[in-house]
Amino acid sequence: MKPVSAEAAVALIPDGATIMVGGFMGVGTPERLLDELVRQKKSGLSLISNDAATPGKGVGKLFDGAQVSRMIGTHIGLNPKAQQQMLGNQITVDLIPQGTFVERIRAGGCGLGGVLTPTGVGTLVEEGKRKIEVDGKPYLLETPLRADFALVHAFLADYVGNLSYALTARNFNPLMAMAADTVIVTAENIVPIGVIAPDHVVTPGPLVDYLVSNG
Amino acid sequence: MDAQTIIARRVAQELRPGNLVNLGIGIPTLVANYVPKEMSVFFQSENGLIGTGPIPEQGMSHPLLTDAGGRPISALPGAATFDSAMSFGLIRGGHVDVTVLGGLQVDADGHLANWMIPGKMVPGMGGAMDLVTGAKRVIIAMQHAAKGKSKIVAKCNLPLTSSRPVDLVVTDMAVIAFPGGKATLLETAPGVGVAEVLAVTEAELTVPDNVPQMKL
Repeated sequence: MKPVSAEAAVALIPDGATIMVGGFMGVGTPERLLDELVRQKKSGLSLISNDAATPGKGVGKLFDGAQVSRMIGTHIGLNPKAQQQMLGNQITVDLIPQGTFVERIRAGGCGLGGVLTPTGVGTLVEEGKRKIEVDGKPYLLETPLRADFALVHAFLADYVGNLSYALTARNFNPLMAMAADTVIVTAENIVPIGVIAPDHVVTPGPLVDYLVSNG
Repeated sequence: MDAQTIIARRVAQELRPGNLVNLGIGIPTLVANYVPKEMSVFFQSENGLIGTGPIPEQGMSHPLLTDAGGRPISALPGAATFDSAMSFGLIRGGHVDVTVLGGLQVDADGHLANWMIPGKMVPGMGGAMDLVTGAKRVIIAMQHAAKGKSKIVAKCNLPLTSSRPVDLVVTDMAVIAFPGGKATLLETAPGVGVAEVLAVTEAELTVPDNVPQMKL
């Protein structure tokens, strides 16, 4: 783990990169990294995120300035700008069931070739996918999802990068921290080693490449 | 009593002590208001919480504790938080006893459409497909008709949410179940007659000899 400023961390991300961003309606999203993506005018981003949040909040900030060219997520209905950009064909949006979304990320981070899920069988979601029967029950083969960068927000981070999360801000963060080539983390509090007890570490330090300094 | 209250009160009667319940947004959210205080029901919020409590008082909310719509909520004593893989493992894995969701259409076979209107409204399915596929019991809470058109249709013409049929539909006019795969009228709303329900229902309903009124 390397300590880094938000500015330097985001400078690592090229235009057109695929980024995975933690959070659920902007809760548990590394806001400072989003602000920096806006300030550095990164463009043509492929965004993997549960939702498009709302304008001005979380990943919603990236739609305010049309910095996203493709999104993979589960719901964009609460961000009118993302809706407009999708319906106007300015961005490509792949909408997938939330349970499938998180399992594809888990597969990407855990070295699995995919997962079999019953969700989506007999709906539009099954189009173009392999259907596999196990014990007489049909499942869809859903392939792994990975990104160039994961932008993760934790509650506590210690000096070796061990992370723990708080309340509903955990959501996709620990899964995404395993599924990207480079993992950049912001934390509400950076604490000495030992403050997070070994049993309470959710994301082990070696998964974290960069920890953004506070202040 | 207005339509939403009728629906929410009637759905609340379906919950049992100890149930793990997931409520969708809209009318389903109101169901929690009518669960008797002495009955312990666990409400799940799919963004990672079991034990959701009421909206906190002004100034008492925590920015990291919200419902699936991003609104501040509270957590009851005994609450548990977890990541999204666990949350959807609970849902898809059959650990959720009851889910209550809104609907655009339910058809005579019990199939549900509730996630998109092609070309018009494409918000995304969020957790709906997993909930309908995996919850032990699926209850749809919705208005019987919208703009004069029946939402209980012969066959859904909107994209389906799941190939798994729902278990119960509660509207402002009726309670409908699907025994043997056939839409069957179980109850009518107070003051609503069977003929009145049939007149505004597109799907063919099986009508038992005795159709009681909801007891609210």
